[in-house]
Amino acid sequence: MSDIFPKWTNKLPLMAGVVGAVLGVSVLAGITYYFTPKYTRVGYQPKQPVAFSHAIHAGQIGLDCRYCHNGVEKAWFSNIPAAATCMNCHSQVKKDSDKLQLVRDSFASGQSIPWVQIHKTPDYVYFNHSVHVNRGVSCVHCHGEIQKMDEVRHEKPLSMSFCLDCHRDPAAFVRPNELVTKLDWKNEGFDGKKAVHDWKVQPGQSCSTCHR
Amino acid sequence: MASAATPAAGHGAVGNPKRDTRPAPPVLKAADAPKELEREPLVLNNRSLNDVTELIAGICERPMPKWWLPAFLVSAGMMGMMFTLVAYLISTGVGVWGLNQPADWAWDITNFVFWIGIGHAGTLISAILFLLRQKWRTSVNRAAEAMTLFAVACAGIFPVVHTGRVWFALYPGFLIPVPNANGIWPQFRSPLLWDVFAVSTYGTVSLLFWYVGLIPDLATLRDRATNKIRKFFYALFSLGWTGSSRHWSHYEKAYLIFAGLCTPLVLSVHSIVSFDFAVSQVPGWHTTIFPPYFVAGAVFGGFGMVLTLLVPLRWLFGLHDVVTNRHLELMCKVLLATGSIVGYAYGMEFFIAWYGGSPYELYAFRNRAFGEYWWAYWIMIGCNVISPHFFWFRWFRRTGWFVWIISIFVNIGMWFERFVIIVTSLHRDYLPSSWGYFTPSWVDMFTFIGSFGLFMTLFLLFIRFLPAIAISEVKGVMPQADPHHPLGGAKGNH
Repeated sequence: MSDIFPKWTNKLPLMAGVVGAVLGVSVLAGITYYFTPKYTRVGYQPKQPVAFSHAIHAGQIGLDCRYCHNGVEKAWFSNIPAAATCMNCHSQVKKDSDKLQLVRDSFASGQSIPWVQIHKTPDYVYFNHSVHVNRGVSCVHCHGEIQKMDEVRHEKPLSMSFCLDCHRDPAAFVRPNELVTKLDWKNEGFDGKKAVHDWKVQPGQSCSTCHR
Repeated sequence: MASAATPAAGHGAVGNPKRDTRPAPPVLKAADAPKELEREPLVLNNRSLNDVTELIAGICERPMPKWWLPAFLVSAGMMGMMFTLVAYLISTGVGVWGLNQPADWAWDITNFVFWIGIGHAGTLISAILFLLRQKWRTSVNRAAEAMTLFAVACAGIFPVVHTGRVWFALYPGFLIPVPNANGIWPQFRSPLLWDVFAVSTYGTVSLLFWYVGLIPDLATLRDRATNKIRKFFYALFSLGWTGSSRHWSHYEKAYLIFAGLCTPLVLSVHSIVSFDFAVSQVPGWHTTIFPPYFVAGAVFGGFGMVLTLLVPLRWLFGLHDVVTNRHLELMCKVLLATGSIVGYAYGMEFFIAWYGGSPYELYAFRNRAFGEYWWAYWIMIGCNVISPHFFWFRWFRRTGWFVWIISIFVNIGMWFERFVIIVTSLHRDYLPSSWGYFTPSWVDMFTFIGSFGLFMTLFLLFIRFLPAIAISEVKGVMPQADPHHPLGGAKGNH
């Protein structure tokens, strides 16, 4: 058939196969890397209206998370404290600091400080904070080592597989319930299996557990 | 080949000491078979091999007849309408269709099963009849296989778009088994997933089988091509075929392997489609007869569509010498056999519903025949159970226009069969408070009509550019191909 196609075209099918395979693998690898929450969400660190440092409050001073986020054990939502909570201390500590002007304004007017939300589950996901912190799931699992962050950043991917890793094997993740806010806790001989059994932890894995 | 047909002259050369001097044995001659036992030839009027090439290749070499362009434009318009409505559905949501709880499957899945069923005739003709050495298949297999592919294309659209947010099909983990950030995996225990694999395997194998069969004919068209563009494309797709003995040897092996691979698919694909229903626990779906009943129905519906296409095709292009009345007759016999199986299955479903003793099952079937959708049920019975029984009589089997009319009834009946199975089983939910009545929306109707546009567009392009009948295979079953036949071998006039 040399009168229709030159000889080099014999190699075309092989070349097409190689190019196709390389292209297919790179597209798949690209999607896996760039289009998943590990890449798209982790590292999100917006500038907040007040330069509040978790590293000072939760780390250096050692405030319990629940001093400010005091609804977390009772509600699905972990609340952001009102300015009144800040003023418990800051009516006396650094009470004239320029950095706290917005807090004092908020306290006087009752208008919320416009904090920028960082960790946000999508609307189609039902997530309840109270059920987790009452069964030995620590804040640190989902929010990272907050006590070391000056400004909070999105530390964990919070993808669906992130949730499922724990729902499929809760024993590896639970800790003594009174230590859920001890963010630097190290597991030294705590029996997760026994806790899961005793506390009757049965994390659902069906779609409607979270997508209600 | 020529030497095989020539008498062994020179065998008794003079001077051979071992010459056999015994008298020749008397010539035994069997009496000619009685006229009525002779088989009708598969190609009429003693056409030569060249006549067959000219007749079939000529169709896609000459300009198309006058009706072709209007028919193509109408079909393409309908196809455009379907894709527009699909875009409307995807951009708006599945609410543009009439289906809703409790009948959350309706025309979408009806159309899917209807189209995928049609494909089965092509595979049966091309694979099973090949293995069974049914020579008559050669005149109809190419068009039937093309029909299979186009029907699978139409079928594929409905289950994809009925999910609404179609792009999820491309997300890793939803349909494609690839590790993903959602930590999920396709549910391999679900018949709906088996269906995805069954249909895509079926589509792939059918395409390859069809294409392999096309290669020698594409080479014929390449060699006959007079313009450069045609020559380029036919050459590209004929893969350098020269017709050498080695090529033929490989080709025959490949064809046999494909026939072997396709044969189980004829049975498995529609069995798995039936599992979509039978594996569920909905009364009216949860029956063990579904797989064989669906396969028989698919072959029945598929042969109906083959006849719907071939009868006009042979009339429009004057193919009566190749697609003979004998071919129609044989296909009508398949319709009669499979139609009877389908009728038996309808009856047996009712018997088991009564004999099984489940009141819900019995209710589902009573409701099917005498409930709100009684009209659909009796259309189905009329078309599928009654109409094929005309074919007990020879005249009906051999009369093209009559066969065509019955084939239309078969198409209608098989669509209604799927509609009846799906909608009548769903619209009466377990609680009377959830009962409903499905009515299609205009989008439902025009999307379905538009799918015929896609089907016909592809078929019209097929007869425009490819030989609608397998030239090389038809030649293979002609007496001229037999070197021992008086007309066979290289005796000129080929």
